[in-house]
Amino acid sequence: MTWGMEMLTFNIKDGYLEALVRGHKAGLLSVADYNNLSQCETLDDIKLNLTASDYGPYLANEPSPLHTTTIVEKCTQKLVDDWNKMRCQADETLGRFMDYCTYGHMIDNVVLIVTGTLHERDVQELLDKCHPLGVFDSIATLAVAQNMRELYRLVLVDTPLAPYFSENLTHEDLDEMNIETDRRALNITLNSIGTELSRDDRKKLYSNFGLLYPHGHNELSMAEDFDQIRAAMEKIPVYASIFNKLGFGESQMLDKLLYDEEVRRCVLTYEQQFHYGVFYAYMKLREQEIRNIMWISECVAQDQKARISDGIVFTF
Amino acid sequence: MVQLMSLNSPITLLLPITLTCICFIISVGDPARFIDWDWLWLLFHSISPYFWAAMGVAFAIGLSVLGAAWGIFITGSSLVGAAVRVPRITSKNLISVIFCEAVAIYGVVVAIILQTKIEFVPPLSDGSYSSAAMFSGYSIFGSGLTCGFANLVCGMCVGIVGSSAALSDAQNAALFVKILVVEIFGSALGLFGVIIAIVMTGGVDWGATNG
Repeated sequence: MTWGMEMLTFNIKDGYLEALVRGHKAGLLSVADYNNLSQCETLDDIKLNLTASDYGPYLANEPSPLHTTTIVEKCTQKLVDDWNKMRCQADETLGRFMDYCTYGHMIDNVVLIVTGTLHERDVQELLDKCHPLGVFDSIATLAVAQNMRELYRLVLVDTPLAPYFSENLTHEDLDEMNIETDRRALNITLNSIGTELSRDDRKKLYSNFGLLYPHGHNELSMAEDFDQIRAAMEKIPVYASIFNKLGFGESQMLDKLLYDEEVRRCVLTYEQQFHYGVFYAYMKLREQEIRNIMWISECVAQDQKARISDGIVFTF
Repeated sequence: MVQLMSLNSPITLLLPITLTCICFIISVGDPARFIDWDWLWLLFHSISPYFWAAMGVAFAIGLSVLGAAWGIFITGSSLVGAAVRVPRITSKNLISVIFCEAVAIYGVVVAIILQTKIEFVPPLSDGSYSSAAMFSGYSIFGSGLTCGFANLVCGMCVGIVGSSAALSDAQNAALFVKILVVEIFGSALGLFGVIIAIVMTGGVDWGATNG
């Protein structure tokens, strides 16, 4: 609690970047842009529509037979460039916060490389699949590890992630993090229904914070089908409203509703000035937008235009 | 309450230090009394009114410039960042910087007015000054403080609103005029301090004989 003192001191170090990230946020696609994109007949049309947006310069020099992967790759490149430019300008505190934001991708990359290596996949191919925001210098050396202990001892101690793998500890107290962890717990449960994962194993995979911790987690770990999950989740008011929108047995819509909720909360962070939440929110909104573009491109490429509106999560 | 008294809050740090200083100053004369009035009288009686007058001028200009500079960097950093994407806002939002600058100008004006009020009077035979001279010194000190603090917080206020003005103008040009109205009211706060400062020095007369 600083009694509004952050209004006086925030801009000393972070004023420029906060204004910059708000500028980037103004470049996100609007509902009108999505409507135009939905009318496209081919991937080249999509490229043409994106020319006026922030993605224009990134797609401009792509040769004509476009693929969805190319579009998504270039759009991600835009996010990564923005992020790295801001990261270079950030001072220590904000820089650390921005690093925390990318740790999620970093962990995903580590898991990807490790599991890929254990299945004897080519390292270069795995590196291409890594999310560029989560790439760090020594990531290629992860492939030398043969088991988890070796991995930690040889490789991860030198990476920014070392403290997390050793102590399993996290400092974030953002509200957005709560929904994020709860969603992870939910996903773990959903995906593990019908697998041999035991209840105790399942419980070990949950994070030790979030709105569901600890009672919700106990119930989730016991859940055997979707309705039991719903019963566990509906005890939290935030999730009750989300589950209310779902009919019984419609588990596939849940992802989209959770994304909707996340986007709503990310947009809310822009209501208040002088805080770091906008940087995290920008990353999340941009990622959601890239998911939207990917969905539209896939629908156009596979001639499924009727389904376009099912998958878009509007940001503004 | 735990939150209120957390270590990083400014009050928790400043309050004990201030209390200690005050207690030290008022009890340093005779240890038998908590407040040694005679010693305090001697203390303030012995300080030249020209010291107070000079401090008044220094606070008037110093705090005003501090407020103006603070406001300008709050506005300026946001303005520069927002202008990267939306260059059209730069010249319009210079008005926020000018509002902050006006705060410094108030300080300069008041400092000059206070300075012209200072006149030479010879001290009395025992080296002290007449009541009229003492009154003039304290008046100028008080009016300098009034103007200085009013302009300090006015500068901060205008700076924060100006920063929001730049950011919202970049998002939606229709918001600029609306926020400008808020900003004008903010910048009027400094003028109140200036008016009171000038009124406070109205009775200054170093050589008055009735005291």
